[in-house]
Parts: sequence; structure tokens; C-alpha cells
Amino acid sequence: MNASMTIIGGRKSKTILERTMKGIFIGCGLFAIIAVLIITIYMIVSGAPAMFTIGLKDFLFGTEWAPTAADPKFGILPMILTSLVGTGLTILIGVPIALMAAVFVSEVAHKKVAGVVKPAIELLAGIPSVVYGLLGMIILVPQISKLEALLYANDPAHIFTGGANLLSGIIVLTIMILPTVVNISITSLKAVPQEYKEASLAMGATKMQTIFKVQIPAAKSGIITGIVLGIGRALGEAMAIILVSGNVANMPALFSSVRFLTTGIVSEMSYASGLHREALFSIGLVLFIFIMVINVTLNTLLKKEAAANEK
Amino acid sequence: MKKIITVTALVLCMVFAVIGCSAPAAEESTAAPSESASTEASASTEATASASTEASGEAISGSVQMSGSTSMETIANALKEAFMAQYPDVSVDVQLGGSSVGVQDAQSGKSDIGNVSRELKDDETGLVANTIAIDGIAVIVHPDNKVTEITSEDLVKVYTGEIKNWKDLGGDDQPIVVIGREASSGTRGAFEELLKIEDQCQYAQELNETGAVKTAVSATPAAIGYVSLEALDDTVTALKVDGAEATEEAIKAGDYPLSRPFIMATKEGELRPEVQAFLDFVMGEEGQAVVADNKLITIS
Repeated sequence: MNASMTIIGGRKSKTILERTMKGIFIGCGLFAIIAVLIITIYMIVSGAPAMFTIGLKDFLFGTEWAPTAADPKFGILPMILTSLVGTGLTILIGVPIALMAAVFVSEVAHKKVAGVVKPAIELLAGIPSVVYGLLGMIILVPQISKLEALLYANDPAHIFTGGANLLSGIIVLTIMILPTVVNISITSLKAVPQEYKEASLAMGATKMQTIFKVQIPAAKSGIITGIVLGIGRALGEAMAIILVSGNVANMPALFSSVRFLTTGIVSEMSYASGLHREALFSIGLVLFIFIMVINVTLNTLLKKEAAANEK
Repeated sequence: MKKIITVTALVLCMVFAVIGCSAPAAEESTAAPSESASTEASASTEATASASTEASGEAISGSVQMSGSTSMETIANALKEAFMAQYPDVSVDVQLGGSSVGVQDAQSGKSDIGNVSRELKDDETGLVANTIAIDGIAVIVHPDNKVTEITSEDLVKVYTGEIKNWKDLGGDDQPIVVIGREASSGTRGAFEELLKIEDQCQYAQELNETGAVKTAVSATPAAIGYVSLEALDDTVTALKVDGAEATEEAIKAGDYPLSRPFIMATKEGELRPEVQAFLDFVMGEEGQAVVADNKLITIS
């Protein structure tokens, strides 16, 4: 063994090793920052010009998207609203289910049952998103189609989507965010000190009271982190929902064919050219800003909360 | 002791990583000569190949200017690449602008070839219409659908939202789910152009792939969609349009309405050798193989 490479070497060789390792660590740390910087700069450089060519107001608040028409229109308001409504409803439905599932696995279920449920949920996270989309298209969409036919049987103005609509998209997204939120919630519930639970039970609280009044509040910051990641996943997902949401740039309604910001980019990028292509980059920039704003806002709120708790 | 091993392993990893980074450069320098040798070799095989196709055997050089139809952009570029691989001394340039621009440019001599994705009109004279491929579109429905044929007028009404129920077309009482492609798709462009319903369609679903349209139609009993003819299989049923089956034979006989020729129009008279070579290549076996690869109907 080369003596100069071991930690029992002399002071000089040790210093060299220390310095090299420090340099390597700095390099690796910088790598992430550089990647984020390059992506940000690239998004702005390639996305901003089209926004101003089209006009910021026409682009962000225009309600019509017809990029290849004789008189092209580049309004992305329907996509923005669809992404917001879709993600919002997904979180609204998905988070309670995920939280209850996490409580079930970590507190209520018998150890053996939890031992089956937990890996199953973890496995859910590993399934590629396009598989969710395919299954949704083949299993879920026909059922939603029947529901739609039932609800709108006597409505001549309704454009039938055949089940590919916002509702299907939300259901698929809800299933997709479950593992993210569940796993992080389980971890944070398990991290709540055992004494809290014991104290609460000793004071005469029931098991459910203990879970809802003591353990969940104590695990709050972890659970919120899970929700933030879930929002990120729902807002950024494209492959799964492109197959089940119809992909026509309409205003969001449960039984309307809709297009999300992500699917707007994915579906048209392959053949687009000129201003149309640039406009797709601009959609990317809008999505990027959305996710950044949500992350930064929620993280700041979380930190404030944590600081308040420590006082 | 454990620590020593870990640190050594870590350092070794780093060293290998550094070696890994620098190695390609060294390999590149050694690889470069062999690479050029292989290109030379392929060039010589190309030379013999072109010599065998060209009876005269003379090397052709120069440039071919093309302009016109955006629908033909993909096929024109594919043909350009295949041609330039065989004739490296000829540069082919593809410009866009639309079929009418292609006609004007070919007439005025601004381009050697005008790409036109429709029949030439009667007043577009002075040109030779070299049809290089045919683009056909099939209208598809779910296999269980009772409707088996449709007129082009009804098709227009379905896609513009005037007819909303299959019972108006002789089928079951169920609302029609209108499925199409995304805005920049060539198939959608051709379909809407042939029916003259550009920018008037009311789609229930806009999918970004031929395969996705087929899957959606085969999964939705009330759906109608369109795909290029080559993509047809037995998961869906192709409707007869105006009484004609969606087949290559019907298209070549001129009976099936949802088809259009891809024409490379040239000026009448003698062509420059490189332009003639390009057209010969396109019409020949290799060019038509490219046409078939691009999901178009060959002219042979």
C-alpha cells in the first residue's frame, strides 16, 4: 500500500489529501449550482423573445391557442388555468388520502399488514409515468366516458371527449402523487418522539385523538415537505396525462378535453418551427417560473414556521 | 485499518475518474486516422455504387435548390440526406413557403425543383409534374361501430361539429368523439387541407402520435380519427370514403378522396445534370425506399 495515500502518513501528505478532497467536494457542489444556472439562463434566453414578439398580454392572457392557423394565436391562459386547477384538485383529493394511508401504515395497521402495504406504496413510486398514462387510457378513460355519456346525455352543446378529460387527468395525477406524499409522511410520523404519544395516551386521550391532535401536528413540517414535492410532481408531469386528458387547449372543466402547460410543450415540440417553436419554449419558461415560485414560497413559509416553533 | 482502505478506495475512484476523463482525448487522436480511413473506404464504395448507377460514371457536382410545400419538408429532407450520402459533391437545399411558392419558384427558375403537395392547376404551366410519392389518410373508427362508410361532406360536418351523433350517420345512438392530431402534424395539415376545413375543426382529443390515435380509437367505441394509410391495422376499422376503400389501389386509381400527390415540379426542357441525377435518385429504388420509410405510398 502506498504510504502517502493513507491517513497514517506524514503531516505534509495529509494536507495534500485534505486539500484535494476539499477541492473535489467543492467541484461536486458547484456542479449542481452550475447546472441550475445554465438551465435558468437557457430558459430565459430561449423563452423570453417569443413572449415579447407575441406580446406579454396576448401570450399570458390570450384564450386562444392556434399556432398553425393562417392568423396564428398564441394565448396560453387555458393551459395555465388547467395546470393550476388540475394540480390544485389533485392535491385536494390526494393529500387527505395519502395522509390517512401514512397514518394507517405507521400507527394503525398490524406490523405484518404494514409490511405489505408500505412496499406496495413504495413500488408505486417506481412505476414509469407513461405506464400510468397507458393504464389510465385503457382502464380509466372508458369508465369516465360512460359517466360522461350519462351526465351529458341531453346536452347538445357538450363536446364529448370519450373520457379523455380533466377528471381523468386528475385521477391519474392523484394516484401518481400518493407514493411521494405517503412515504415522506410515514417517515416524519415515525420521527415523532415516542414520549409524545405515551404522554398523550397517559393523559387519557384516545388513540385517534393522539394521532390527530399530537402526532400529525408534530410531524407537520415533514408532511408539508411531502405535499410540496407532490405539487412539483403534479405540475411537472406530462407523459401520463397527455394520454388521458384529451389535449385540446380548452378552459378547464371536469368533462372538457384540456391541455396542461407540460403537455402543450410535449405534444407540439416535434414538428413545430419558427415562432411556434419559440412559443413552446416560452411555455416552458412560464412553467419553470411557476415551479420556482411555488418552491420558494412554500420553503420560506416552512422556514418561518420552523423558526417560530423553536422560539 | 478500515478507514485506510476506505480512503484509498475513494482516492483510487477519483484517480480513475480523472483517467476516465482524459482518456477519450487520447483515444480520439489514435482513432482519428482509422476513422478517416473508414470514411475513405465508404467513399470508395459509394463511388463504385454511383458509378454503377450512373452509366456515364462521371462525378456529379453542383447544387440543387428546392422550395415549396411545408408538408413535404420531412420527405424532402430525408431524400436530401440519402442523396447527399451517395453524391457528396452535390449540395441540396430545401426551402419552405408553401405549394404555390414552389410552383412560382420553379416557373421563375429561382429553384430547380418546386415542391407541390397537390395536383398542379391548369394555369400552372411550363412545368413537368414529377410525382414522387402519394400521401394517403385513412378515417378510422372502433371495430364495433356499425358505420362502415361516410361521404366527404358528412366527414366535414363531423369534424366541424355539425353532426354530433352516430345515429345521424346510420349508427348507434352515441355521441361522436372526434379525435385528431396536434396542430403541427403533417397528417392533420393534409386532412384539413383536403377537406378544406383548416382551423375549423372541433376536436375532443388532440393526440401527438399516430399510434396514440389508433389506441384511443380502438379503446373508445364512439370515436372517429384519422391516420396515415400505412399505419392501418386490424385494431381499428377504416371507413370507406365516398364509396372507395382506403387502399393503395383505390388511391392510385384516383377513387379515394383523402389522398394527395407529392410533386417535385421542374421546368420543361433539359435539366442540369445534378438536378436530373437527384430526380433519377428519387424515382429510383433507393429514393422510393426512403419514401416508404416515411410512411408514404410509393409511385412504382
